[in-house]
Amino acid sequence: MDNELYQAVLLQHSKQPRNFGPLEQATHAADGHNALCGDEISVALRIDGDRLAEAKFTGNACAICTASASIMTGEVQGLTKEAVQTLAANFRALVKDGHGPDVPPKLEILSGVHQFPQRVKCAVLPWETLLNAMQLPVA
Amino acid sequence: MRIGTPSGRRRSSGAAQLASPPVALPTNAFFDGGLLFSSRMTGIGEISRYIQTFMTLNLPLIREQFPFLRETVNGHPLIYLDNAASSQKPSRVIGRMSRFLESEYANVHRGIHLLSERATAAYEQARTKVAGLLNANREEEVIFTRGTTEAVNLVVNTWGRENIKAGDTILLTEMEHHSVLLPWLQLARETGARVEFVPVLENGAALDLDAAKRLLAAGPKLFAFVHVPNTLGLENPAGELCRWAAASGTTTFVDGAQSVGHQPVDVQKLGCDFLACSAHKMCGPSAIGALWGRHELLSAMPPWQYGGEMVDRAFYDKPATFREPPARFEAGTPPILEAAGWAEAIDFLNAVGLEAIRSHSVALANLAMDRLRSVEGLHVFGPAERQSGIVAFSIEGVHAHDVAFFANERGVALRAGHHCAQPLMRKLGSLSSSRASFYLYNQPSDVDALVGVLSEAVAFFR
Repeated sequence: MDNELYQAVLLQHSKQPRNFGPLEQATHAADGHNALCGDEISVALRIDGDRLAEAKFTGNACAICTASASIMTGEVQGLTKEAVQTLAANFRALVKDGHGPDVPPKLEILSGVHQFPQRVKCAVLPWETLLNAMQLPVA
Repeated sequence: MRIGTPSGRRRSSGAAQLASPPVALPTNAFFDGGLLFSSRMTGIGEISRYIQTFMTLNLPLIREQFPFLRETVNGHPLIYLDNAASSQKPSRVIGRMSRFLESEYANVHRGIHLLSERATAAYEQARTKVAGLLNANREEEVIFTRGTTEAVNLVVNTWGRENIKAGDTILLTEMEHHSVLLPWLQLARETGARVEFVPVLENGAALDLDAAKRLLAAGPKLFAFVHVPNTLGLENPAGELCRWAAASGTTTFVDGAQSVGHQPVDVQKLGCDFLACSAHKMCGPSAIGALWGRHELLSAMPPWQYGGEMVDRAFYDKPATFREPPARFEAGTPPILEAAGWAEAIDFLNAVGLEAIRSHSVALANLAMDRLRSVEGLHVFGPAERQSGIVAFSIEGVHAHDVAFFANERGVALRAGHHCAQPLMRKLGSLSSSRASFYLYNQPSDVDALVGVLSEAVAFFR
């Protein structure tokens, strides 16, 4: 492929996403959607005290969004809520500007998204949904 | 499937359909086989079905007039298949707008000076052209708006607020664009009116006409429906629907955004009460469109926006009086430049011929239908035989956003998403689909490029 956006790793994540499926013992959950292109994603979390013990997602989304959610759900496991918020902000900077402070290498593979402004929303949608989910206890 | 004039007959007569005066196109239309057949094309049998249609338009001459075709994407020629979202502009429209700004521009209807006279003449001439395009009975029945969406909102907020009461029924169809759906739903919410929907048949193949007949027989207050939907590749039988509505005393609103400028549309033949359209979908500029309404309805409607131009007499201490339509509904400085551009676009379309444009676009869509069968897992919404130049589809295992992104890398401009018809796409079981829509400057090899890039995308993403 002639564009670097879809690297092999990204494609792998989009075709066989990790942490995809319902989360039985979810304590928090939220839905997110991108009205522009039709990405729809749901993020479910198990929050244990101050920590994010588990994160899974479901939905119907494009390759960038799916890969981003797949990588995100792996990276945030075990982090404190505060650390998740910082990481989300840094990730947003990464995909908007091409570089973000203290972003783990696994997330760095999404840095190419910054060359395609219309796709930034796709990469960020799982993170926005995750941040919303942290505020929304499951009834 | 409409087949155009056989080329032999047309050639021997020596008269080109394109060349009807006053348009500056050569009179000897020619047929360039090289444009029609690309080296990658395999299905010669398929194209032969449509070839006479493709020959009714002088494609090389038409394409020459569209500067955007000189653009490239990553070295690939730009293939524009997003015409249902907006169309590209020919040089003469671009040139007309430049000339207007250079030597004719001022505010309209109020200056007693040369430029204001010129601008007013151009603006009012545009109204005449739009009235002609729609075969309106009177020019004053054409109100300039910002586009179809504003035209809907105008009717909702004037005729709607005067006529729709609690308990009344507003009838819509399941295939409405958000621009028609949302204003009427909002009015229903505010007034306590009921909203009913004419269902769409399986896979969006057609409107359920039996249901339409039944629902219309019940005499809803208003029936608003789309003439040519932006996703399904079909044309609703607007004349028939309007007849059924009229028999029950139902007022009709036709969304002509995808039909006007793409095929002949005659409001008198249709027998509708209101019709809306947008210039940008028919080679004209954005930010202008029109509401056509029957004069007796328009004259009974109150203003919806207040300000200059629409007022007759204004006072400090008593209610103002307002002008007759169309002025009553055109408060403030209107889209003057855009009107001049739209008028030129209408001349251009008339010179090419609206029936020929329709046949050409539909033939391209049908060719795409044939050839897209080779793409594994691709599913097209709407009828098998196209009635408009629109082909919306989903591909199993590949998200529409990825399809459009991938296609753009190869220079093919597609639309991805819900096409401003979220409830319809939900009903059809697709949250996100891709859409290719054809217009007069598209050519058969564009279909090859589409099929090629989709096959590549499937191989890449699946």
